This record gives sequence, structure tokens and C-alpha cells, in this order.
Amino acid sequence: MAPLFEMQNVEKHFGTVIALGGINFSVSEGECHCLLGDNGAGKSTLIKTMSGVHPPTSGQLYMRGKLLTFRDPREAMGHGIATVYQDLAMIPLMSISRNFFMGNEPIKNVLGINLFDHDFADRVTMEEMRKMGINLRGPHQAVGTLSGGERQTVAIARAVYFGAKVLILDEPTSALGVRQTANVLATVDRVRQAGIAVVFITHNVRHALAVGDRFTILNRGKTMGTAKKGEITPEELQDLMAGGQQLAELESSLGGTV
Amino acid sequence: MSELAQDERIKTTSPLRQALVRPELGSIAGTIVVFLFFGFLAYDSGMFSPRGVMNWSTVSAQFMIIAVGACLLMIAGEFDLSVGSMIGFAGMMIAIFSVTLDWPVWTAILVTFVMCTALGALNGYIVVKTGLPSFIVTLAFLFILRGFTIFFPQLIERKTIIGGVSDAAEGDWLASIFGGKVGEPVFIWLADLGLIDVFERGNRAGQPVIDGIPALIIWAIGLVIVGHFVLTRTRFGNWIFASGGDAQAARYVGVPVNRVKILMFMFSAFCACVFATCQVMEFGSAGADRGLLKEFEAIIAVVIGGALLTGGYGSVIGAALGALIFGVVQQGLFFAGVESSLFRVFLGVLLLAAVILNTYIRRIITGEK
Repeated sequence: MAPLFEMQNVEKHFGTVIALGGINFSVSEGECHCLLGDNGAGKSTLIKTMSGVHPPTSGQLYMRGKLLTFRDPREAMGHGIATVYQDLAMIPLMSISRNFFMGNEPIKNVLGINLFDHDFADRVTMEEMRKMGINLRGPHQAVGTLSGGERQTVAIARAVYFGAKVLILDEPTSALGVRQTANVLATVDRVRQAGIAVVFITHNVRHALAVGDRFTILNRGKTMGTAKKGEITPEELQDLMAGGQQLAELESSLGGTV
Repeated sequence: MSELAQDERIKTTSPLRQALVRPELGSIAGTIVVFLFFGFLAYDSGMFSPRGVMNWSTVSAQFMIIAVGACLLMIAGEFDLSVGSMIGFAGMMIAIFSVTLDWPVWTAILVTFVMCTALGALNGYIVVKTGLPSFIVTLAFLFILRGFTIFFPQLIERKTIIGGVSDAAEGDWLASIFGGKVGEPVFIWLADLGLIDVFERGNRAGQPVIDGIPALIIWAIGLVIVGHFVLTRTRFGNWIFASGGDAQAARYVGVPVNRVKILMFMFSAFCACVFATCQVMEFGSAGADRGLLKEFEAIIAVVIGGALLTGGYGSVIGAALGALIFGVVQQGLFFAGVESSLFRVFLGVLLLAAVILNTYIRRIITGEK
């Protein structure tokens, strides 16, 4: 059976720069596929290609074996591909329920006027957040009062509620503390168990190993291979990410702490 | 993750505190302070007689009309510095169309409204297409529109004030919506009951001192209600907040940010046009210097009302109270017999105090650092 979402020989060029040089990548229902790479490896370009921000220069995207074409993120979302960006997920000044339904506001018709259905929005927000393990004080709390991890969780819950089948998480843990990271990873696990395909982008090997089923390493716009869980050690992943030997040399002087 | 269920570090807050912590608090406090202040300073000056109330209500309503437009635009993340010039321009256009060109007044008003909202749209279009700060773009329009407002009447009539609009507007259905008065029978009835005074001398002897509520006040209240309703109760209101809060994040979830911003520029121009039309109908003339500095007065009212200058946060009710404060202070100092130049001192102090209080409240609400 064809995987839920698949990319074949995807290339993306920006002028003379080859940002992606023939990527093959797939993810199935209930799977968390980690995409690892150092800065400049092409991670951002790859997710933007997946989520419809950049059309690929060549290559194909498939959903359940069917060829996909979309011109913008909204069309990608229509196909169930949702992206949670690290710092652009939420508007801190707005309340959680207003953020949750931003762009997809529920409507209730009163006397021929379409109103924002605040009761519905508040109820659903509280419910969905409870499912993710977060008890809010109230739906009117501003997002700015939440911790970074909670914000990521709201963004993930939002994507799931609006029918994401493929959830792309752009470095959701990179700016978080230990405990918040654990919470976000737990959320990723919940989402995966609900049968959603998760693409988890990170440069932290330990975070990847905590939730990943498969691991693909990206370096200089190319995939360096895909490994299944249990087939690869953290050290091997780390080395692949850094592109081979350089890190090994460094490591001896740092006592293996990188 | 059950340990997340109750965060022990969050203090429980009393309902009173929760009720107080809202964007409008600064302007509510300011309104109370201002009324107390003038209650002591000018209680016997007639400021709180029916005529006095009507006087400062009318002035406040003027501020309110432009503050509503400025408020929604500021929440959407943009400024409009061309409001004052737009008022002058719109008034002049109505006068030129109706007096010089002798069009029916209702045509003159409608054509002016179309022109002004189109100019607002142009403002917005330039801002969203070039990505330039609206501060610069609308500053350019401040000069462009004022220049034309002085140029056109000089070219056509060789003067900078065009009068005679009152005569032209006599019996015009649309003019009365902007320049008329509402509720005359009620006031005659109130005068008969002795609740309001009547003129004792002059050619209006026997008529009540207030013969109706100016259409201007109805417009102001109407715009405040519509603005508040749209902002808080509709999907579009959520888009206004989102566009100003973080345009990029809003775009990612499919909010048509550019459309929202352009529409808010158009609404700001519309409000300026309402102001101008009411003013021209009241004075019966248009002057090239009308509306000077109004853009700043609108912005001050909005900021006193708790809106954030950088967008994404604010309240129409707050802006309306800010406008009320503005009107009461301006007229109150006059009633109290205080040197009128002190108006600016008082206003500056009030602005600073309200903004400091608002910033503090906003930090509590939004968790801003």
C-alpha cells in the first residue's frame, strides 16, 4: 500500500542555488518521521515545499498514491497537510480561542447576520486542549501568558482539530526548556497514536529518538539515508547530520558531550 | 502530563480584579477622573445643564467619529495620518460640487464619499503592496490632500472658504441625515414639562434651548456600536485583530490580511468623510484649513482607550471613552474659565497617565514582557 504522503525526486532551485537536490521522503499514518539536519541542510526549504509555500522545481508529491498539486499553503491545508511553524504559530496578544479559530472562525447566524460563535469556539478550545493534556484557566486567556511549550501544543491541537492528516512540525522543541520539551514530545506521541502522520523537523538527536519511528538525515540539500528506530545509534545519527568526520574530531576534545 | 492540570504558580485572582483588568480600564478611570475634576471645578458654570451637556457631547461626538476609524485601523496594525487632510478635502469637495458646480447636495455627498473611500483604498493599496510603513504613506497623503484642498477653491473661486452650502442643502434628504436634528418633539415636550429651559427673549422665545440631538451624535453612537460589534462579535473582527497582531502568522492560517487592511483604510476615510459632511452641513461652508491636526486627536483618543500603537490590541469602546475625555476636557476648561491654552497641558498629562496605566494592564492581560 502506498504511504500516506510521499515525495519523489523533489528538487528546488533558487536561481543558481540548488536548495534541494532530489529528495525522496515518505510518511505513513500513525508514524513519526524525523527529519534531521544541521543549519543550512535544506530543512526549511523541504517543509515549505511540502506545505505549498514553494512549488518544487521538479519532482512529484503524492497523497495515498495520488499526484498532488497545490499553489499555496491554503490548498495544501485542503489536502490535510498542516504545518506548525516554530515562532509563527500563534498571536500572543489574542486569546487562545480566538487564536485557535483564526482563519476558520465558527459562524452562527443571528437575525441574518453572521456572528463569530464565541460559545462554540470557547467550548471546543477547552475540550481540544484537555485532550492534549492541558487544562486552561479559561479560553479567554491571552496566548502570550502561555509557556512556549503550551503555545506549540495549542498550535498542534488546532492543526489536528482542523483535519490535519500530515502534521509538519518545524523545530517545535528548539526554543524550549527540558520539561516543556517533554510535554511537546508527549503531545507528538498522542497525535501519532490518533493515526496522524507526523513529520518532525529537529536538529536535536535526542528529541528525535524519543518519538521518532524513522529518521532521515538531510545534508546540503540531499538525503543521507533513512533509518528505522533501533537500527541506528545516537552517535551515528549525530555524525551523519554533521556530514561525517569533522564532529568526531571535535568530540574527543569535548568529551562526547555534543 | 497530569501535573500540568493545575499550575501551582498561578495565583487565583478575585472576580473584581478580573472585571477590572480589561483594555478599557485606563479610559474608564480617565473618564471618572475628568468628570470628578470638572464636577468640582465647573459645577456652577452650566457645564452640566442640558445645554452644557449638549455642548460637550457634540464636541466629543466629533472626536468619536474619527476615533472609531482610527481605532479599527490601528488594531489592524496601521496608522492613517491623512484623516485631518481628508476631512478638509471631503468638505471642500462637497462645497465645490454643490455650490460651484450646482449639483444636488445628495449627489455631491455621495460622489465625495466614493472619492474619499477610494483614496483610503489607494492609501491601503500602496501600504500593502510596497510594504512601506503606513506612517510614511499616509504622511504623504496628509500633504497631498491638504495641498489640493487649498488649490482647488483658489483655482475655481479665488478664495479658500466656500460658503452657501446651507442654502443649497435646504430640503435635501441626504443633507438632513448629516446636518439635521433628531427628537425635536421630545425636547418640546420636555420643555413643556419644565425639565429643560426655554428661550425667554429673542426670535426663538418660547422654544426649548435644545431643540434636538444633532445628527452628528447619532452618527457617533452608531459608528461606535457598529465598530464594537464588528470587532468583537464577527469573523471579520477576528481578522482585524489577527492582521495587526502578526500579519505573517495570520496569512499562514488563511486570513486575507491585505484585504482587511485596505478595508480598514477605507473605513478610516469613510469616518473622516462623515465628520466632514456633518461639519459642512452645520457650518454651511467648507474651509481649506478644516480638520487640521485631527489625525493626532483621533490617535490620542484611541491610545487613551487602550489600543496598542503597534496593532493587534484595542477596544472601540475604549476609543469612544477616549474621545469623550477629549471633548469634556476641551469644553470643560472653557466652562471653568481656564485659559484655553492649558487644554494641551491637561491633555498631555492625561495622555501620559492613561498610557502608563494601559501598558500596565495590557501586560497583565497578555503576558507581554
